[in-house]
Amino acid sequence: MKNPYLNRRFLDQIAVMLGREARKPSAISGRAQEIHVLKRATNKERLQEAMIAHADAKKVHTWRNRRWAVLLVVNLFFTLSFWLDIQILEGALTASRFIGFHLIDLNSALQVMLAHKHIIVNLVIGTGTVFVLWLLLGGRTFCSWVCPYHLLAEWAEKIHLWLVKKKLVTDQDIDRRLRTGSWLVFAVLAIATGYTVFESISPTGIVSRALIYGPGLALLWVLALLVFEVFFSRRAWCRYACPIGLTYGVVGIFSPVRVKYKLESCFHEGDCRKVCLVPHVLDTVIKGRAVDTEIPIGPDCTRCGLCVDTCPTGSLTFDVKGLSRLL
Amino acid sequence: MSETKPPAAAKPPASRERIQQARRKWLRTILLTGGVTGAALSGFLPLVYARTKRLRPPGALDERDFLASCIKCGQCVQVCPVQAIKLADLVDGVGVGTPYIDAREQACDFSCDAVQCILACPTGSLVYKKPAFLGVRKGAKLAAAPILKAKEKDPEPTLNLSERIGVARLTRPEACLAIQGKGFKGQVRGASFKGRLRYMEVDRWKPIGVSEHPYDLAECDLCVRECPVKGAISIETVFAPDGSKRKSPVVHEPCVGCGVCEMICPVEPTCIVVDAREVWNT
Repeated sequence: MKNPYLNRRFLDQIAVMLGREARKPSAISGRAQEIHVLKRATNKERLQEAMIAHADAKKVHTWRNRRWAVLLVVNLFFTLSFWLDIQILEGALTASRFIGFHLIDLNSALQVMLAHKHIIVNLVIGTGTVFVLWLLLGGRTFCSWVCPYHLLAEWAEKIHLWLVKKKLVTDQDIDRRLRTGSWLVFAVLAIATGYTVFESISPTGIVSRALIYGPGLALLWVLALLVFEVFFSRRAWCRYACPIGLTYGVVGIFSPVRVKYKLESCFHEGDCRKVCLVPHVLDTVIKGRAVDTEIPIGPDCTRCGLCVDTCPTGSLTFDVKGLSRLL
Repeated sequence: MSETKPPAAAKPPASRERIQQARRKWLRTILLTGGVTGAALSGFLPLVYARTKRLRPPGALDERDFLASCIKCGQCVQVCPVQAIKLADLVDGVGVGTPYIDAREQACDFSCDAVQCILACPTGSLVYKKPAFLGVRKGAKLAAAPILKAKEKDPEPTLNLSERIGVARLTRPEACLAIQGKGFKGQVRGASFKGRLRYMEVDRWKPIGVSEHPYDLAECDLCVRECPVKGAISIETVFAPDGSKRKSPVVHEPCVGCGVCEMICPVEPTCIVVDAREVWNT
């Protein structure tokens, strides 16, 4: 990348992923500044027009449906593979074998390595494969496209938002630095106790195992999390606590798959930020914040595509870095 | 940015409401931190309750190392032909999602021949042979590779296992049918028992339900008869405390702790159990 504005934002977004609040950019490219100025003059009427048009428009769920389908297929594939004994995808989300190839969840592997302080070859192979896989697919893509807790939390979120609309509850936001803290706490706990502490409370592992090996009382913990999210704080576990998200977020820093924002066509209605699990990555869509005309969304983005679905102007699209240049 | 701002642009003092909001948010953060940490502490329960010894799958590392390295994926569960391995739940107190064997319900009968659970384990929690840096407890190491009765006639009759997972012990000799000189006829654990076992004379590769295989024995020797390991247990003539001679099952050094004797014992409750993680004491 030669663009200094995007470079600065790139580093900025890493800090934002770790919990810093998104700030106004310190410098904006000339092209983007021109557009910002132009928009200030014309945006008002255009926005109103767009709002009306948008309200009439049918809601699009293309990416959400694709994503839910993938998530269900992947998780049920584990279950079917075991129940039908076809041995194609053995294990659970923490570690598995796909037609014999080891796949090991990065965060689980990290916990085991820190707790056991010894790394065996299979662990390295499995972790490496999964690292490359999510590097190619977008890092936190794991969260929204595979993690079964994400789907449960999405449904809980719908209830939460309905209750908010009825003014029965309010969303209590929490400091995002907590996630970085919990990542460190669980890493230290694993080293100090020699036990994979996080794995015993990870809703991802618990739900995945429940789907494959049958439900257990551990699901009560998952239920408690969902209740907390419904009545207290929107998507609290994924937003503020889950270290798996941060681990895959780090992978996402280097991933070519991301959502791209185009300033020119954006009306700044902010609908994308309302549906987003991690709205801090979309701070760039706020009026006057975009540092350039085309901006890749940051590493904490789960690439869930809700914003792509909801954007009425197509200003947010999936993008593979370098691919458009190649084609 | 280094340039000094004019006083007019300086940050206005935050309103009382703003300050309160920030304070509340901070409180909530602390609350959630406490909640998550508290829940995390529940993860230590298995360490606290490490006293409740559970039989781990064959080849399991010593308990502490096992808990450290198990990634809780259940691949060992999936490959077991008799489904002896189960995953622990929250209340079992041996670590959520970690595998264990309830030998009385379904013992490991080595009908896979190759100890496939070890082969399946991706993190080395189950191993054929421990890596050099891990110590072996005295008496845990098997004197020789166990010979599997089922493949005694094969060119390679041994089981790839270097340490035992427990040792069988006659806990209720007074109830033991062999000691009383009694026989046994019928289904050993009743018609509803789900446990399975490999019977070589029925099918080498397909274990069948124990209830489908009734016995008619003049003298009960089920624990010896069905033990999958050669020389691990035998009926011996021993002296009773009153000096009289009688027959009794006696456990020997090759016992690996698979638990088939515990499963097959027809007496309720069982007369013979596997002491999980026990070592051989001479």
